[in-house]
Amino acid sequence: MIHFVLLISRQGKVRLTKWYSPYSQKERTKVIREISGLMLHRGPKLCNFVEWGGLKVVYKRYASLYFCMCIDPEDNELETLEVIHHFVEILDRYFGSVCELDLIFNFHKAYYILDELVIAGEIQESSKKTVARLISAQDSLVEAAKEEASSISNIIAQATK
Amino acid sequence: MALSGMRGLSVFISDIRNCQNKEQERLRVDKELGNVRTRFKNEKGLTPYEKKKYVWKMLYIHMLGYDVDFGHMETVSLISAPKYPEKQVGYIVTACLLNENHDFLRLAINTVRNDIIGRNETFQCLALTMVGNIGGREFAESLAPDVQKLLISSSCRPLVRKKAALCLLRLYRKNPDVVNVDGWADRMAQLLDERDLGVLTSSMSLLVALVSNHHEAYWSCLPKCVKTLERLARNQDIPQEYTYYGIPSPWLQVKTMRALQYFPTIEDPNTRRSLFEVLQRILMGTDVVKNVNKNNASHAVLFEALSLVMHLDAEKEMMSQCVALLGKFIAVREPNIRYLGLENMTRMLMVTDVQDIIKRHQAQIITSLKDPDISIRRRALDLLYGMCDVSNAKDIVEELLQYLSSSDFAMREELALKAAILAEKFAPDLSWYVDVILQLIDKAGDFVSDDIWFRVVQFVTNNEDLQPYAAAKAREYLDKPAIHETMVKVSAYLLGEYSHFLARRPGCSPKEIFSIIHEKLPTVSMSTIPILLSTYAKILMHTQPPEPELQNQICTIFQKYESCIDVEIQQRAVEYFALSAKGAALADILAEMPKFPERQSALIKKAEDIETDTAEQSAIKLRAQQQMSTALVVTDQRPANGTPPVGQLSLVKLPSMSSNPDNYSADEGVKQENGILSIVDPEPPSADLLSDLLGPLAIEGPPGAVQSEQNVPGIDGVPSAADAAAIVPIEEQKNTVQPLINIAERFHALCLKDSGVLYEDPNIQIGIKAEWRAHQGRLVLFLGNKNTSPLVSVQALILPPSHFKMELSSVPETIPPRAQVQCPLEVVNVRPSRDVAVLDFSYKFGSHAVNIKLCLPAVINKFLQPLTLTADEFFAQWRSLTGPPLKLQEVVRGVRPLPLLEMANLLNSLRVMVCPGLDPNPNNLVASTTFYSESTRAMLCLARIETDPADRTQLRMTVASGDPALAFELKEYIKEQLVDIPTSSAPPPMAPAAASPMAPVAPLNDPGAMLAGLL
Repeated sequence: MIHFVLLISRQGKVRLTKWYSPYSQKERTKVIREISGLMLHRGPKLCNFVEWGGLKVVYKRYASLYFCMCIDPEDNELETLEVIHHFVEILDRYFGSVCELDLIFNFHKAYYILDELVIAGEIQESSKKTVARLISAQDSLVEAAKEEASSISNIIAQATK
Repeated sequence: MALSGMRGLSVFISDIRNCQNKEQERLRVDKELGNVRTRFKNEKGLTPYEKKKYVWKMLYIHMLGYDVDFGHMETVSLISAPKYPEKQVGYIVTACLLNENHDFLRLAINTVRNDIIGRNETFQCLALTMVGNIGGREFAESLAPDVQKLLISSSCRPLVRKKAALCLLRLYRKNPDVVNVDGWADRMAQLLDERDLGVLTSSMSLLVALVSNHHEAYWSCLPKCVKTLERLARNQDIPQEYTYYGIPSPWLQVKTMRALQYFPTIEDPNTRRSLFEVLQRILMGTDVVKNVNKNNASHAVLFEALSLVMHLDAEKEMMSQCVALLGKFIAVREPNIRYLGLENMTRMLMVTDVQDIIKRHQAQIITSLKDPDISIRRRALDLLYGMCDVSNAKDIVEELLQYLSSSDFAMREELALKAAILAEKFAPDLSWYVDVILQLIDKAGDFVSDDIWFRVVQFVTNNEDLQPYAAAKAREYLDKPAIHETMVKVSAYLLGEYSHFLARRPGCSPKEIFSIIHEKLPTVSMSTIPILLSTYAKILMHTQPPEPELQNQICTIFQKYESCIDVEIQQRAVEYFALSAKGAALADILAEMPKFPERQSALIKKAEDIETDTAEQSAIKLRAQQQMSTALVVTDQRPANGTPPVGQLSLVKLPSMSSNPDNYSADEGVKQENGILSIVDPEPPSADLLSDLLGPLAIEGPPGAVQSEQNVPGIDGVPSAADAAAIVPIEEQKNTVQPLINIAERFHALCLKDSGVLYEDPNIQIGIKAEWRAHQGRLVLFLGNKNTSPLVSVQALILPPSHFKMELSSVPETIPPRAQVQCPLEVVNVRPSRDVAVLDFSYKFGSHAVNIKLCLPAVINKFLQPLTLTADEFFAQWRSLTGPPLKLQEVVRGVRPLPLLEMANLLNSLRVMVCPGLDPNPNNLVASTTFYSESTRAMLCLARIETDPADRTQLRMTVASGDPALAFELKEYIKEQLVDIPTSSAPPPMAPAAASPMAPVAPLNDPGAMLAGLL
């Protein structure tokens, strides 16, 4: 299973963290520090796997951003590597050629999308189309609620005028 | 694309981004946290929108690594908001901020449950996602049945059901005892027919978790998995959106093959054939393509197929295809594939006998040891370590040594340790071993732990031929301008003990040796000085005739250190100075070190501890951990090993103590010698640091193997058959007094425990209490007269089989009324055999003369000491014992059907310790134990039992040990225990020896030939 997902920029800034195994706040900070140290110092053209504390880190760099997932040592590494790519492709489709800035200002969207892709550290949906459909349905629900709220506040505003 | 839609949040993020340094960022964060805190305080004025915004800010700050210790309540309370946008934020942020055991989660359980059982499908999704990501025990207790309902509900849409599947997976994985999955086999089988691939993928993950716990229940899912795999591999009826770079959902393929790896075998020939067709297609049909993602995805499937083939122990042809593929992979340039090739080759070593084919790739693997990527280097090192045996040890170890000087620090300690272990395990000759260790110390002294040099000292001490060579080598290293302190220690020690062998060589006179060692003294630390002082004392002792000049020099040094602040140094200096004045008596006192008792290497034990977590540890930390691990080894060694090591140690010392019993001063000297020697070098001789011998030492060969070899055909074979025949006729006794108990049953019970009633009739009860220690045993027979009148003409005779030395203390002729007498019986086990000793017991009661023959429960398993091995230890031993007569295999039919757990308990009660988790196949048991007898001494025995879940009445058993007779006897004994039913009264108690289906007419003189005949 995937124990956690980290998105870390080349400068070591954290862009997203998601933990599927329980780690305390202290442990989380330590894990992030250790993994950044390991991952960011690896040169290009090396393999995408690093062994770390009895687990395995599968990572891939996209432009300035490192995507990383930590799995059990007996798990399938390449499969995980393609979960990462699958996630990136969905982000790309959603934001329209995604860049780090999109993820900085819309980090909550990245969380929504990840939740549609992975639950309990296992992939739940391998169709990009389905994920895209579900996310846009969520967006419209939020939009609808917003409109409703504003129309109600209009009504109230008018009534109290 | 619209930005976050929350202006406040965007502004905050921009502010953070504009911070010039960490300090500014902290100030900005603190300001924001203060702001959020005050806003949360008077919650009344807070609109849902604002609340949502603040909660997101908190998550952002948390993500940056700051502690957010408030606002959790507000976050959790958003979950119960009526509207979707707030609820969504509540669920997601809660799942990110809190852990499964957080108190606040408890508050939300009711709301979550209402959302799950409610009608709103979007709410259901949110709730299931959160529980799936962080659900703990309380969630499992209150929600599991509802989640199960959703998963199989026909009215729910796929988007809910796939989340329910993974949610259930989480709850089950965390708390399998809480989630009730009885009867889920059918439901899982139905779920595997699911058309929606999203639901199918999630369900497959759930199935993997279920079968990994209890595969027996899910047999009905097996053919469905194969069918799914066929459908995917043939790309039949797969919607376009579920293909990934043209490959039908690689994730589902991988998961399906993973699930199949939890079933021990595939019985149905049709299913098996279809599966092998698919696997063949995957193995042969996967090409390297240009597109990285397509390549990765197809190879993800390929590597999973490889593990499935390994698991299924496929036909030879397919296995060799796999090895060929892996051989290709370890030579490609693409680093991921090479990494996985090396990793899977190492796994392959564990599973099958392909070592020879893998050896052909040795050169290629060594190239990977020099790869720029540390991940690949680690895999290569592991593989080389795993594939090393006597034939290639020299090449591999020399390669490791060469690489040591250029390797990075992160790997040096591991490398040094592995090289030392391999050198010890597979050394073609001992001088080579000494060379390797000295080179190791020379090249990577900082990374060579003390145990490594202790070990080399131990070997040199125990092998006289080696001593001059080792001393000469040590002398050579001392000529080097700058040497590591460990080298100073080891060479000083060796030269102190053995430099007199070199005396005639140039540059090796005592004086020269002394001065070259003494040169190093100013450079070493306090811990080395005591060793140097001992060396000086030894040099002095060996210098015959004495050289006054040298003596003066050395005495001056002793005097100088007599006031040293370090107690250890001071004591030695004082004592050696006093001793040096004694002249000739010195030689007696400082005699050569006695041989060390044989021990198993502590290094090998350590290796596993380190392997688990070497990744990013400093050498210092690692060393600390090693020390702890030694301590652990010691504490659990003691009870397992009993007293023998202590006995051996005292044997070493006792003769020198008692040889001078009447000479007071010499006696004192001896005492001192013992005292000093144990200080001189406390570690190697003490049983504390290096654990004791359990199995044969790799270098020395199994002790006593030759003897026992001789024993097998002559002494053991024929007489044992004769003995067996002699014992048989128990039913033929014509006693008028009938036993009140089932004799056979009692005997069987006592084989497994050490005290109880052996026999009882209306007149007498015979109880037994036994204590076993290594190859010796002490049984006490309790003869109790149940009557009010005495039992007379009591006679007890022991008929020992040839492999026992037995001595029964005298038995009184009369047992007074209502009295109990105790008769101790000493047993010494000479060699392995299943023959049973018989107690011929008779007495007279009134006019009845009663004679009974009872088997004594001094059986082979009483001389076993349970022993738990780690995977590496086990497999190393397992591999080193190849084929008959050391490794015997047999298919046993007509086994009393037992659940696996009970079988494991049975083995444990025979003191054959089951090592759980060593065998990848959950239907198999592997076990290990140590057998003690005079001829074999402590001898490691390994056993593997492969059961067939479909047919519990048959199994395949493999027993291995360094002694052929032992392997055979133990195998037979275990078999009898599995076949025989102790509760049945039919077979006489000595059935194991005589009437066993295995005991043929032919003499038992060659177990190997016998076995061949049986197969």
